[in-house]
Amino acid sequence: MTKITYIEHNKKSQTIDVANGLSVMEGAIQNNIPGIDAECGGSMACATCQVYVKEEWFNKLPQKEEGEEDMLDMAFEPKKNSRLSCQLIVSNQLEGLVVNIPEKQV
Amino acid sequence: MIITDVVIIGAGPTGLFCAHQLGMIGLKCEIIDNLDKIGGQCIELYPDKPIYDIPAIPKCTGEKLTNNLINQIKPFNFKFHLSERVEEIRKENKKWFVKTSKNTEIIAPNIVIAGGVGSFEPRKFSAKVSEKLEGKSILYSVKDKSIFKEKSVVIFGGGDSAIDWAIELSKSSNVTIVHRRDEFRGAQSNVDKIKELKKNKQLEIFTQYQLASVKGVDKIESIEIKHEDGEIKFLKADYVLGFFGLIMQLGPIINWGLNIDKKTIPVNTENFETNQKGIFAIGDICSYPGKLKLILSGFHEGALAARGCFKYARPDEKLRFEFSTTSKAVKNRLGIKE
Repeated sequence: MTKITYIEHNKKSQTIDVANGLSVMEGAIQNNIPGIDAECGGSMACATCQVYVKEEWFNKLPQKEEGEEDMLDMAFEPKKNSRLSCQLIVSNQLEGLVVNIPEKQV
Repeated sequence: MIITDVVIIGAGPTGLFCAHQLGMIGLKCEIIDNLDKIGGQCIELYPDKPIYDIPAIPKCTGEKLTNNLINQIKPFNFKFHLSERVEEIRKENKKWFVKTSKNTEIIAPNIVIAGGVGSFEPRKFSAKVSEKLEGKSILYSVKDKSIFKEKSVVIFGGGDSAIDWAIELSKSSNVTIVHRRDEFRGAQSNVDKIKELKKNKQLEIFTQYQLASVKGVDKIESIEIKHEDGEIKFLKADYVLGFFGLIMQLGPIINWGLNIDKKTIPVNTENFETNQKGIFAIGDICSYPGKLKLILSGFHEGALAARGCFKYARPDEKLRFEFSTTSKAVKNRLGIKE
């Protein structure tokens, strides 16, 4: 288990123990955290699980794979620190990760 | 008015294979899809990406899978209604009345919803900047390119649609292309082409910028774009075009009296019928304990839903289980002569 903090657009913050091996997206969906739609189910085909990653974390995360940046072009108000949460796989290295959920996904 | 046995909503792999199964048991269907082409997510999202988990097909692209499915249902001559979205359904004399965005009207005892995650719609600018001028000066597709002649057009996006239209419109309009990052994901030859056009001052490119605000009442006068680092730039604009790809929206389905749970439709696993008699849901849009969002699951669901349709389409007949290897009736339906 790894602690991941999800901050909704309205500033509501929840810290959840997410099982290693799940994605940050799945951690949100399984715990009913609103604001992450993940319509394609995690196949990097929809850009509706976008999160903003706190700066100090952004550079520590595994690099984006081919296709994620292309998909982010289609996200709602993408920023420099945007990631698709379905591509962030939870492991001990992510202990304490904080992600901000955008106002909406579509 | 079209009268048939089954209306299939969604021409993705699941809808197509369900059509095949209907044909095999001697039922007719009409297939409706909001996209302008057959194939659903396979053709829209990953036509070139190989899929590795279709049974007995080690590797196959979304496009190839779609073409194979189209070939497989060819013998049945089912009609497709493309670029049409089902807007309305209602019960009429124990049958379902279906009406599309192009006013096609169909009556059938069964509807199979194979709608994936909903219908594809263009992704838009955030509503607060664009709402009032949408459809007038802010557009997401080009229907009549002559309206842009000698106008200032600002195109947002970095994919093929954005780049292709920038090249095309730069011939007779004052084009600026704005993209959120330095790399464009369109075809390399066209990316090179817009860079060359920029060099020759035939169009302007701003990267790492996004739309911040729009000025104008009935039509656009100017827009503000904002750099990643906060710098703001004003651009004169008569039209703004956004090409951010397509997103999936559940759309009118939520108004059809179906139970909906987290954007999916709960079904029984005997025949994939919903809470409404004669409406079935298969593929990514349905949910039941153990649901896997795999194409192979959609095939299975479609085969059972087709049998479920039979009892409403032929209430006085009994469906006999037959194998395609041996059944004469099935071979007749497939047009196979021995």
